[in-house]
Amino acid sequence: MKRQITVGQELPPLIKGPISHVDLVKYAGASGDFNPIHTVESFAKEVGLGGVIAHGMLTMAYVGQLLTDFAGNEADLLDFSVRFRAMVRPGDTITCLGTITKVEPVASGLLASIQVSAQTQNGEVAVKGSAVLRFDQGEVDVK
Amino acid sequence: MSDDVIGRWSTPVANLVERGAVRKFADAIGDFNPLYRDDQAAKQSRYGRMIAPPTFSRTFDYGTIEGFELQKDGLIHGEQAFHFERPIYVGEEVLCSMRVADTYTRNGGSGRMTFYLLEQKGESKQGELIFTAKMNVIWREGGAL
Repeated sequence: MKRQITVGQELPPLIKGPISHVDLVKYAGASGDFNPIHTVESFAKEVGLGGVIAHGMLTMAYVGQLLTDFAGNEADLLDFSVRFRAMVRPGDTITCLGTITKVEPVASGLLASIQVSAQTQNGEVAVKGSAVLRFDQGEVDVK
Repeated sequence: MSDDVIGRWSTPVANLVERGAVRKFADAIGDFNPLYRDDQAAKQSRYGRMIAPPTFSRTFDYGTIEGFELQKDGLIHGEQAFHFERPIYVGEEVLCSMRVADTYTRNGGSGRMTFYLLEQKGESKQGELIFTAKMNVIWREGGAL
């Protein structure tokens, strides 16, 4: 059965977390970003952050999963950009959301523009951005 | 930082996309997509092989630009954008380089802020473009906030 792609369609939300301090240490190790504001509580307090904050790129990676989960085996991720807004801290649960804003047939298939965001449990927007997926020719129906 | 740093690409650095590093990264972001960890499942996929998550290029070494070094303390990541020609394949070697596309300073209420627009790219050994990345980072004098 072909997938339906419609303007206004929402991607299945992706919920990540609650994020633990260990998650931040794991991401520091896996990404090579050892800035102590993400891992060392005393340092983060000293510089006025009130405690460690999550790497912005960790939240972006969560939103990346929202997109690649939705793409499945029928689409490629072409573009993905975000603006970092609110800080994310240990204990936070992140909900990643996406809405299709535009669909456009092209020679190689169908381009779907998607507005994305990641919010904390308090409704604070941690990141906001956009992405483009290219679905294969014949794999989707446009409504 | 002198003006002639702007626009100059670093000498590309070869980064091997290690299977273990990709799995560790996928674990750290809690993404259990078989494309990042299961050879057999990945073979059945549209890519026919294992790939890395979209933000994995974060882990690469992009080389150095003479006369340019980012201050680590007090750096804020403002924006990040990726463009992908194709996914990054597990086991391949990616030639990575970067440049400072622009920089400017602003005097804010809490002191001087320096903005850097950085660009990165990854190419295959055959010279085929795999991805480009653009980021906006802000350095605020004297602290993380």
